[in-house]
Order: sequence, then C-alpha cells, then structure tokens
Amino acid sequence: MSTPILETDKLSVSFDGFKAIDNLSITVDADEVRAIIGPNGAGKTTLLDLISGRTAPSAGHVRFKGEDFTGLREYRIVRAGIGRKFQTPSVYESLTVFENLEMSYPDPRSWWSAWRFRRSPDVVAAIEEIAEQVYLGDRLRDRAETLGHGQKQWLEIGALLIQRPQLLMLDEPVAGMSVGDREKTVELLAKLSKGHAVIVVEHDMEFVAKIAHRVTVLHQGRILAEGPMETVRADPRVIEVYLGN
Amino acid sequence: MSTSLSPAAGASAVRRWTTQVIVDTRKRQNMYFVLLAILLLAVFPASFNIFRLNLLGKYLTYAFVSLGLVLCWGNGGILSLGQGVFFGLGGYCMAMFLKLEASAPANTSIQSTPGIPDFMDWNQLTTLPAFWVPFRSFAFTMCAVVLVPAALAFVLGAAMFRRRVGGVYFAIITQAVAAILSILIIGRQGYTGGVNGITDLRTLHGWDIRTDSAKLILYYVNAACLLGGIALGFSILRSKLGRLLVAVRDREERVLFTGYDVASIKTFVFVLAAAYSAVGGAMFTLQVGFMSPSFVGIVPSIEMVISAAVGGRSSLLGAIYGTLLVNFAKTYFSESFPELWLFVIGALFIAVVMLFPNGLAGIDLRKFIYRMVIRFRNRDSIKPGRPPSTLLTAAGEAALATNKDARSDSAGAL
Repeated sequence: MSTPILETDKLSVSFDGFKAIDNLSITVDADEVRAIIGPNGAGKTTLLDLISGRTAPSAGHVRFKGEDFTGLREYRIVRAGIGRKFQTPSVYESLTVFENLEMSYPDPRSWWSAWRFRRSPDVVAAIEEIAEQVYLGDRLRDRAETLGHGQKQWLEIGALLIQRPQLLMLDEPVAGMSVGDREKTVELLAKLSKGHAVIVVEHDMEFVAKIAHRVTVLHQGRILAEGPMETVRADPRVIEVYLGN
Repeated sequence: MSTSLSPAAGASAVRRWTTQVIVDTRKRQNMYFVLLAILLLAVFPASFNIFRLNLLGKYLTYAFVSLGLVLCWGNGGILSLGQGVFFGLGGYCMAMFLKLEASAPANTSIQSTPGIPDFMDWNQLTTLPAFWVPFRSFAFTMCAVVLVPAALAFVLGAAMFRRRVGGVYFAIITQAVAAILSILIIGRQGYTGGVNGITDLRTLHGWDIRTDSAKLILYYVNAACLLGGIALGFSILRSKLGRLLVAVRDREERVLFTGYDVASIKTFVFVLAAAYSAVGGAMFTLQVGFMSPSFVGIVPSIEMVISAAVGGRSSLLGAIYGTLLVNFAKTYFSESFPELWLFVIGALFIAVVMLFPNGLAGIDLRKFIYRMVIRFRNRDSIKPGRPPSTLLTAAGEAALATNKDARSDSAGAL
C-alpha cells in the first residue's frame, strides 16, 4: 500500500441546513483509480467541489500530500497538482485544440507571463504529445467547437494532463459518450493511473467496474460502503439505496 | 454552354476573388491600422479647418475610453458603466496642473487671495488645499494622470473580483461610483470647481494651448497616443493574454480551475481600461481647455459603452469608428433636434444589440459588395444571348461558405 495522496478528514458542508456532505473521511492513494458512485444528491460533485476549493467546508479538513489544503484558493490548489474536469465538457469553443491545450500549459500563470508567452519548441512538443495521448493528434488545428462530444471530454482531460497534476478528478467523464469512445476512455484512464491518482465520479457501473481499483458509495453525504467493485456490488445496503432502484 | 462566360473563366474568377479574400487576419488588421493612421495623421488634418479638427480631436479622446472598453468588456467580459470616472479623474489631474499655472499671482491679483484658483477664492478658501499642492509639478501631474485612476480601478477591481462580484453586479457598482464621484465633485465646489468644472485653462509651461497652432500640435499628439494605444491593444489581443481574456469571458470557471488567478487577470484588464480612459481625459482637458463633472457621471459613461458597442465591442479599430460615428451623430442631433438625441442613442443601442451584435466591425462589407456585384451581373445577363450566369453565383456562394472561418475571424479585423 502506498502513502495516501489525498485525505479528507471529517469533512462537512451544509447548504441552508441540508447536510450535503456529512462527516466524510476518505483516503486516496497515489496511483489509485477511485470511483465515487451514489444516487443523485448523494454529494458526489459536492465532494469534488470541497476538494478543489470551489466550496468551503463548514467543518473538517482536506489534506493533499500531508499538507492542509482547506480554504486555499482554487488556483493554488490547481497549481499544487489537483486537476479537475467538469460534468459538462468545458473547453474554449472558439479556440483551436492546440490553443486549448496551450492555455493550460503550466507556464507561470500570470497576466504578465501570458502576455510575454512565446510558443517554444518545448511547448509545441508537450502539446503534441498530450494531444496524441487523448486521441486528438490530428485535430490540433481545428476549433474545439467542431469536435464531437466525446472528443471534447478528451480535450478537457488533455488540458488537465498538460498541467502535470498528481491527482485528477473527473466528473462523469463518459456521460453521453458512444460505446467506442467509452472503450477508448477506459484505455486512456488505465494508462493515466500509472503516475496519477484519479478520482472518477460516474453513473455508468460497467465503466466503473472496468477502471476503478476501489469504489466509494456515497449516500446522503456519508460513506455507505467502500472497497473493490465486487464487494460493493454485493453489499445489501448498496443494493437497497442505489443499485436496487 | 456556349456563353461568353465559360465555366473555367467563372471558376478562375472566383478563385482569384477567393485568394483576395483569404488574407491573413493579422495582415488585414495591420492594413486597416495603417489606413486609420493615414486618415488620422494626413487626411483629416488636410481636409478639416482647425475648428473641425479640434472637435474631431475631442471625439478621439473618447476613443481612448472605447479602446479600454474593447479590452475589458468586449474581450474580457467585464462591463463597466463607470468609465467616465477614470476619464474624469485623468482630465481633472491635468486640469489641476493647468489651473494652477493659470492662477499665478500675477494673473489673480484682483482676488482676495491671489495665487489660488478663482473658484476657490469665490468659495472663501484662503489657502490652496493640500491635495492640490503636488499638482504644481508637471512630472507629478503626468504620473498622477495615469496612476490616480489606475489606483482607484485597482482597489475597485481587487475588492470586487476577489469576492467574485461580476457581471451585472459589477456594472451596477461601477455606475454607483460614477454617480458618487460626480456628486462629490459638484458638492465640494471650493475644492473642485463644482458643477462648472475647472475652466479658463491657458498655458502649459508657458505654451498657450488656446492658439490654433497649439491645437494642431495637440491633435497630432492625441492621434499619435491613440495609435500607440491601438498598437498596445493589438499586442495584448494577439498574445496568449488576449486568448486568456476571451477564455475568462466565455468560461471563467474553467480558467480558474486551470490554475490562473482569474481575479488578478480581471483586475489587470480593468486597470488597463482605466488607464486608457485617463489618458483620453487628460487629452480632452488639453484640447478642449476645461474639465467638468458632466464627463464623469452615469450618462457619459453609458454613452461611452454605446460607442464601443456601435463600433464592435471586441474590435479595437471598430471602436474608433464607432466613437466617431456616435459623437458626430450626437453633435448633429443636439444642434438640430436637441430633444431627440436621447431617443436616437437609445434606439441606436437597441439596434446594435439586436441587429449587429458585432457592431460596425461585424458588418461584412465584402459579402455585401459581392452580393451587389452578382445581382448586377445577373440583371445584365438576362439580356438576349446571355443566359443567367448561375454558375458564378453558385461558385461564389460556395467560396463564401469555405471562407466562413476566415470571415468570422474578420470580425476582429476592422
């Protein structure tokens, strides 16, 4: 067992008295692909919001590589190595695939460095390599708006990868994807798990079974079950609240 | 097809036409920029008398505000309804220096306290207020013209953007600031000259700015600064920073989660827009010879936004033409039908938003001209012995379709 890269410690958040996340402690190891599943409103996306700094917790802590990240600004969390993909594909439609990836290139990210930015061969090589990885090697010059749904999802994953994060958080990466694209995404994530920790929020059980090392089932902001997919699937409580429906 | 217009000739004509059309966007922008420079530096001075030229120079000072708005609103997505504040502050800084020079003891010996501006004397002030004193220095004034408005913009931007205040809320706050500043200036008559503003400005380091030759020189200085401002704007919009601004406008959250400090980027562009406005304000004071709260409040601030929108809110060059158009219209209507002006500008704004969201810059002249040519040719070809040249029409439309990308790029060109 490797050392945990991410820990949440008794994390809670409530919106108008409704506890979206309730005293939640989870641990994710480096090189692990963790799936988070659960019925609608279980708090899956909220958990990602808390980790990525989009929402501030009411109580508890988030630790990344042993450091307390609670309450840090979003961009600092990203720079420290946590990348996040949103539920709906979120790319810059009017820019080309190349420019999309370039935007995420971890040059010192200030307005000044962006103004002075020049396309060096290193940058171009890095972008081409990532594009190849996310199956967009031949689409670099096309505008992102011309991409298919699945390709946009990959582009967003590519935009995360170029930031060289240690933890990737993917919110429903295969939602709305064709079967073929799903297969390729499974392959992609399998490759990524070497060298990155990955947290995936997903509804598609088949997909989860293929990629996840461990599965955490959330229900009403709490952990209902945790473990390998087979164990979780067999758990009667899980069947009752989620799979049984 | 035994016609005078063979398919091959038609196709090659179209190809020639297409090659002409696909010019690199940047090259086209550069061409339009040179064209504007020729207009401002040669054509206008040659064709207008000094009175008209001075009026034009006055309009061009508003164009600085529009340039700032193109960067901050059109590209960065930050709508400010208070650019008059920065225009006014820049203008007032300049006016304070000029007023102090005009109020030298020799010129103001009939006052109860000679050596202070006349309006202070009328308001029973006996000493120069402390914040006026540094404006005796020209170097200080030159710095203050840009730095005072920039500092205010920085404080506003840093406070608002860090707290995620954006969109309509930010616009309303900037509008409130415009209202507050104009009320403050009007209310503190003894310190600011009140509703009349700071008037009767005469010399800059002994150089009389009211003479025709001074007006001509100031017009050129203004035009040169404006062209410099456009060049600076292009250097931003063509860099990664320019794409970053558009990204912030379209997908702020994504930019944030890419590790950019969005608040600092927004603050930067807002401060930059304020600095542009401030330079415009200072040039206004120099060319028109006074500054008053009527350029600070809500109405002028909104007129500036409309000017930018008419020109095309994301186009630097469009902003110049939009500003000129709106201000010529304003002068014309306020002279001929003063009560109509507000309705005209309101209607103009609605028309631009509904019909031409990209303003003047979004109007595709080439497409328009091409359509006219086709219509003309077709009418021509109905004559006996010449069947309608549908081929040219179809091929031309196809060429238009293939150039769709090039054309959507050109929205930023003019």
